[in-house]
Amino acid sequence: MNGLRLENLSFLGRGPYTLAVEPGQVLGLHGVSGAGKSLLLRAVADLEPHDGRLWLGQTACNEISGPDWRRQVAYLPAESLWWHERVGQHFRALPEAAWLQQLGFTGEVMDWEVNRLSTGEKQRLAILRLLQNRPKALLLDEPTASLDQGSISKVENFILDYLKVHSAPAIWVSHDPAQLARVAARRIEIAVGGELRELT
Amino acid sequence: MNVIPLGAFELSLASLLVLLLAFLSFRHRLEIERPLLIAALRTAIQLSLIGLVLNVVFSTVNFYLVVLIWSLMLAAAGWEVMSRQKVRVKGPARFLIGTSSMLVSSFSIMVLTLTLVIKVDPWYSPRYAIPILGMLLGNTMNGVALAMNTFSNLAWTRWQVIEQRLALGQTSVEAIEDIWRESVRTGLIPIINSMAAAGLVSLPGMMTGQILAGNTAGEAVRYQILIMFMISSGTGFGVILSLWLMRRKMFDARERLRLRESFYRVEPVGSKK
Repeated sequence: MNGLRLENLSFLGRGPYTLAVEPGQVLGLHGVSGAGKSLLLRAVADLEPHDGRLWLGQTACNEISGPDWRRQVAYLPAESLWWHERVGQHFRALPEAAWLQQLGFTGEVMDWEVNRLSTGEKQRLAILRLLQNRPKALLLDEPTASLDQGSISKVENFILDYLKVHSAPAIWVSHDPAQLARVAARRIEIAVGGELRELT
Repeated sequence: MNVIPLGAFELSLASLLVLLLAFLSFRHRLEIERPLLIAALRTAIQLSLIGLVLNVVFSTVNFYLVVLIWSLMLAAAGWEVMSRQKVRVKGPARFLIGTSSMLVSSFSIMVLTLTLVIKVDPWYSPRYAIPILGMLLGNTMNGVALAMNTFSNLAWTRWQVIEQRLALGQTSVEAIEDIWRESVRTGLIPIINSMAAAGLVSLPGMMTGQILAGNTAGEAVRYQILIMFMISSGTGFGVILSLWLMRRKMFDARERLRLRESFYRVEPVGSKK
């Protein structure tokens, strides 16, 4: 059972941010473009140099290596990129059949060529690729922005299931207030300057 | 040895060909005549000057003088490597990475060759030590410049992929492995190709020179094989070392990508009207 805690986190002249996400809880984050939502997620994933402290349960970010932290606190960027020719080359092992099915795929997808995937397929596979590492916390940057209405609820349920089963905390960035109302227990708005405001 | 002497008249005949090419470029607006003529002039002046210097250096065997010449050659090669980079490391490392890699690879291979293979006495005899380092550096320089340029350019354009791989928990070494492999390959392909074509397509320059100077073909061949092996290993070690140093600049201790912070892009020169 690991919560995610930010303690006086500051970076690039922003912050300090102090907040905690409980195990299994979703913190919804929204705000206009350019307010620094992605930047905040990048800092929590330790991809951006920062001051202050980050905690996953009892583990502090600087106690373990950068790659170890990022395997546990997994960041899903808004746009997914692929660097090999075929989908399967990006996966260390074949994902479980149940997972593939929940996201609308079969095992054959591993042989598909990456540049024939639609944006929506890429996004769903990127989520699968990220969760393969069995992360203990998720940082999701508009995970459903490129999906059609039917896939959105599939993906929402898939992610919420994962969080429940693993008691994992998540920060979920979305432009859609209705989505945040569905998935998030708490919602925070980030203003252009970077200040946070809790919404009730 | 009976070398047919070349005089000023014979050389000016050859220069007519270069002038003809420049004229062709001028008439057809290829805009290459200026750099062509400048480079031809530089060849003539630089080689004449070095000829004078070598005459003096070869007549004495002075260790410090040889070291001075080695250092000048190395600095020139390091400068050339740096100026061929479009994306460079900030700070003095932009010069030092290439230079130190060539220092380690070319110098150590030169010293090994002079002391253990050719067994010159003393090992720093300028008649051997200077041309051998020249050949090594000339080739290592090309390989290192190509590899470093490929590495920093590809990282600069594919930084988002590198970051996404880091976000998936990959280490810095894993996240940049394709670019690393491609760069090492790019740096080594020219020398691998010239080893493969040696003797079939091309008679390498040094061998041709030795034969023209009246050595037996067998002697020239053995020296050429030695030189080719030295050049390929020197290039390989130099390339790997320079990329390793460059990669250390690209990531910080937490293995975050620091490309924009520690590198900068030089706007391509030329295309001036």
